[in-house]
Formats: sequence, C-alpha cells, structure tokens
Amino acid sequence: MMPRAGAYGGLLLALSISAASLAHAQAAHEEGIQIGLSTDSIAITAGFSGADLTIFGALEDADPLVARQGRYDVVVVLEGPARPVVVRRKDRVLGMWINMESEAFENVPVSYSVATTRPFQDITDPASYKRLSLGVGNIYMQPAEADQRPATIAEFTAALRQRKAATGLYSENVGGVQFLSQNLFRATVRLAPDVPVGTHKARAFLFKNGMFLKENSAQLEIRKSGFEQAIYRTAHRHGLFYGFLAVGLAMVTGWVGRVVFRKD
Amino acid sequence: MQIYLPIAELSMNVFFLVGIGGAIGFLSGLFGVGGGFLLTPLLIFTGVPSPVAVASVTGQVVAASTSGALSYYRRGGIDLHLAMYLILSSTLGAFGGVLAFAGLRAIGQLDLFISLLYVVLLGSVGGLMLYESVNALRAARSGAAPALKKSGQHNWIHRLPFKVRFRASKLFVSVIPVVALGAAIGFLSSIMGVGGGFIMVPALIYLLRVPTNVVIGTSLFQIIFTSAYTTLVHASTNYTVDIMLAFLLMVGGVAGAQYGAKAGQKLRGEQLRALLALLVLAVAIRLAIDLFITPPDRYSLSLEGLG
Repeated sequence: MMPRAGAYGGLLLALSISAASLAHAQAAHEEGIQIGLSTDSIAITAGFSGADLTIFGALEDADPLVARQGRYDVVVVLEGPARPVVVRRKDRVLGMWINMESEAFENVPVSYSVATTRPFQDITDPASYKRLSLGVGNIYMQPAEADQRPATIAEFTAALRQRKAATGLYSENVGGVQFLSQNLFRATVRLAPDVPVGTHKARAFLFKNGMFLKENSAQLEIRKSGFEQAIYRTAHRHGLFYGFLAVGLAMVTGWVGRVVFRKD
Repeated sequence: MQIYLPIAELSMNVFFLVGIGGAIGFLSGLFGVGGGFLLTPLLIFTGVPSPVAVASVTGQVVAASTSGALSYYRRGGIDLHLAMYLILSSTLGAFGGVLAFAGLRAIGQLDLFISLLYVVLLGSVGGLMLYESVNALRAARSGAAPALKKSGQHNWIHRLPFKVRFRASKLFVSVIPVVALGAAIGFLSSIMGVGGGFIMVPALIYLLRVPTNVVIGTSLFQIIFTSAYTTLVHASTNYTVDIMLAFLLMVGGVAGAQYGAKAGQKLRGEQLRALLALLVLAVAIRLAIDLFITPPDRYSLSLEGLG
C-alpha cells in the first residue's frame, strides 16, 4: 500500500505545503499526518553497530495558530517484527538460583524505538497512551495461555519490558521529534546494534492539545547485506554443508597458524 | 572495530574476539585442553546467545586443537591407536549430547544443567588433580623420584577384560574404560561446547596411567574429531554455528596454541598438572558462585526457536 519512499518524500512535501496553504481558507480543520522514509530498506553490513534512523513527516491541514503555540505533538514509533518470547524467572531452590516459573508471550515486537516532541506526560494522559498501546510501558503483549493469574502476567510483562529496555532493544527518545517548520517534522529513532532483521513498521501519531487525532504508518525492511545474508541463508538452508565449511575453515586455519606461528 | 556476526545477530569488537581467542589458545596448547570450558562462559557473559556461543566455540576448538596437535605430532606426542578408540566412542556420545541439548533447551534448564555439570566436573577433577600434583611436586623437591607410573602398581581398571596394547602410551589396558571415557566426553562436549580436554587429560593420566607427555598430544588430536563432529551436528540441527565468530576466535587461537605448546615443553609434568588443576578449580568456583549468589536480574528472555 505504501509507495516507494524515495520518490514519495518529495511529493509528500509538495502536497502537504499546498494542503497547508489551502487550510487557511477553510474554517473546520481536519488535520492529518504523513511520514516518509528516505529508503524502504536498510542493509546491515559487517561494520554495523547500531544507527540512528531519520524519518521525515508533515502535518496536513495544520492550524497555523495551534502550530505557532506548539500545541501539536508528534510521537513516532519504529516497531520491529513480532515474535513469540518466553520469560523465565529464577527462584532459589536448595540455595541455587534456578529457572522455575515461565510465561510465554505471543507477538512481542523484538524491537521498539519511540521518539516524541516532548516528555510523555506533557503530550497526553496515561489512559490515551494505554488505548493506543503507545510507549515502551504500554506495548500490548498477548500471553500465550489466557488462564494465568493477572498478577503473574503483569509481573512477567513488566520484566519483559525491563529486560528489553536494558538491552537497548526498547528505547525512548524524548525530544527526538523536532518541528522544522510549522508543518514539517523530523524524527530520530535509534536502531540497536542487535536490531532484528525483518519488516519494521514506522508509525506516527499526531496529538493536538493532548487529544489524539491521526495515525499514519510506513514500512521499512531491515535485512542483512549481501555477505552476511549469504552466510545466514547458507547456515539455515544447507546446514550440513555449512558445518563442513566451518570445520574445513577451522582445520585450515589451525594448519596455517601452525606454519605461521611455529615456535619449535 | 566492530563486526556484525550474522548468526548471533549482534556486533562485537574484532580485537576483543581475536584477543580472547589468543589467550585461550595459549592455554589450549599448554595443557592439551580445547579451551572451550573457558571460552563458552566468557562469550555468554559478553552477550552472545548461549546456543550460538556453545556451537561456535566448537568450531574454534577444532582450529586450536589442530594447531596444537600438529605441534605435538612432530614430537611423537600422539598415541594414534588410543586416539582412534576415543574418537569412535566420543562420536557416539556426542550424538546423544546433541539430542539432550535440544531437549534441555526446550524446557529452559539448559543453562542450569551446563552450570551444574561445570561445577561438579571441574570441581572434582580440579581438586583431585591439585591434590595429586602438589604431592608430586613436594616429593620431587624432597629428592624422591617422581612416582606417578610405578610398574606393577595397578588399579581396578587394569583388571577389566578385552585388553588392548597401546604402544606409544606403554599401556596394556581394557578397552571398556577407554570407550566409556570417550563416550562420556563426546556427550559433554556437545552439551557444554567444550572439547572435553579438561576431563580427558586427567582421566588419561590418573585412570589409564598414560604418560603426561603423550596425554596432551593425544587429547588434542582426539578433540579435533569430537569438536568437528559436534560442529557439524550443531550446524545441521540447531543452525547456531556463527562462522564469523568462530573464525575470529580461531585466528587468535591458533597463534596462541603454538606459543602455549612451546611454553609447555619448559614445564615438568607435575607442574603442568598443578597449573591446570588451579585453572579448572578457579572456573568451577566462579560458576558455583554464580549459581548461589542472588542474580542481578532474576528474569531472562528467550526467543522461541532460537533459545
């Protein structure tokens, strides 16, 4: 549904500016939000150690008065592909810490990076965030088994968020969205060094005076670059061949090491 | 300089990986151990997912032990006949280990099982070795001849049937303990991501009474095959061998192994055994502490399908 982002960006800018000038003439405002990515895919190369991704966007039909007073807020989210996750808790048994209880979740986004114009509490109220599943603390996580006690689910959900945040896969960048003009904004979201490959979804949420107005989204493919992808594919499709390759490489390296570093 | 590891799916520093590979390779050449028992926990500690660490280290162990074994082969320090028995039996054990690995991972107790195995095995092996080697060192200092291999002194193992003569080891012993040892080591090797040298070396020295200088080369030689087989099985069933990670570890490892083998020639058998015992004990204590102290985070995540 999303057209090629490169061409889209320029077109979008032109459209939104003309839309904004049109809006002057209209009395009733029906604001919208658009985002565009400079690329629709990012390749992870050998030197990849995390990156900042910039997403541009524009407000449509923005009220210049509201914009001047800075009462439009934008929250941009880059959400990684969803995968099932098991959270385990260690408990003390015979003095040892052992994995005892566990809780499985379905469709947990592997990564979740959010940028906002202002601190969360200044944009809207907690109930709205919850309704929109917006923010690291509000990502909806579906337990695999529904018959668990709510307290247990809450405990493991909190632990899951906390672990993800600790590893940098879930991050919040307050002030990461900046208005470049009344209509145009730029969002910077963080890609962790171990960002998962797959289809990521960029979503932008528009708020006006603390009220949620509109949402728009775009897709971004993160994949391994040629060499890394080739290794990954070979490992998964031709496991045995890959194994022989690894062993062969090891033996040759061992022999070369012997020849080069020979000490006797 | 960071490099992206395609199977582990994270970036790590190249020099760090080559450096730890080198340090572990040195110990490998010195003691005839693969070094996996040190390297695997170290990688897991730095954030590599444990299935990937275990499987990739087996690849590095192949390289380090090839490098070390070549060095010992030149000096006649390998009993090929004994190694053949060990290789065949450990291959069987390794197959069982990979099955157990998959099962334990599914129920979330893989880490516990690995830790407990490490603590129990390393603790007992290290303790016994330290006791013996310190006694031997004392005896040597007080002027008595080193008395590890007295002719005519036999333990129960030497009364078992199916005896075979191993010339290079100056040994005439039943195949039962040899095969059992090989199978046990193959099993551990695939579960723990280790070559099993830290058990093989003391077992050959104390149980089978093989001379220390032959033990190290034979152990390294056998480890090449066990870990090569384990690498293959992990690669084809679990898809967790990261060839980039393994290669960087290898580059350091093969260089270190040569220096280690050289250093090993300057030390006497009982000195080597005492040092290895200390190393093994230190790792056991470290892991035991981890089991018993309150962890900084009681929760852990595992992606289904990767571990």
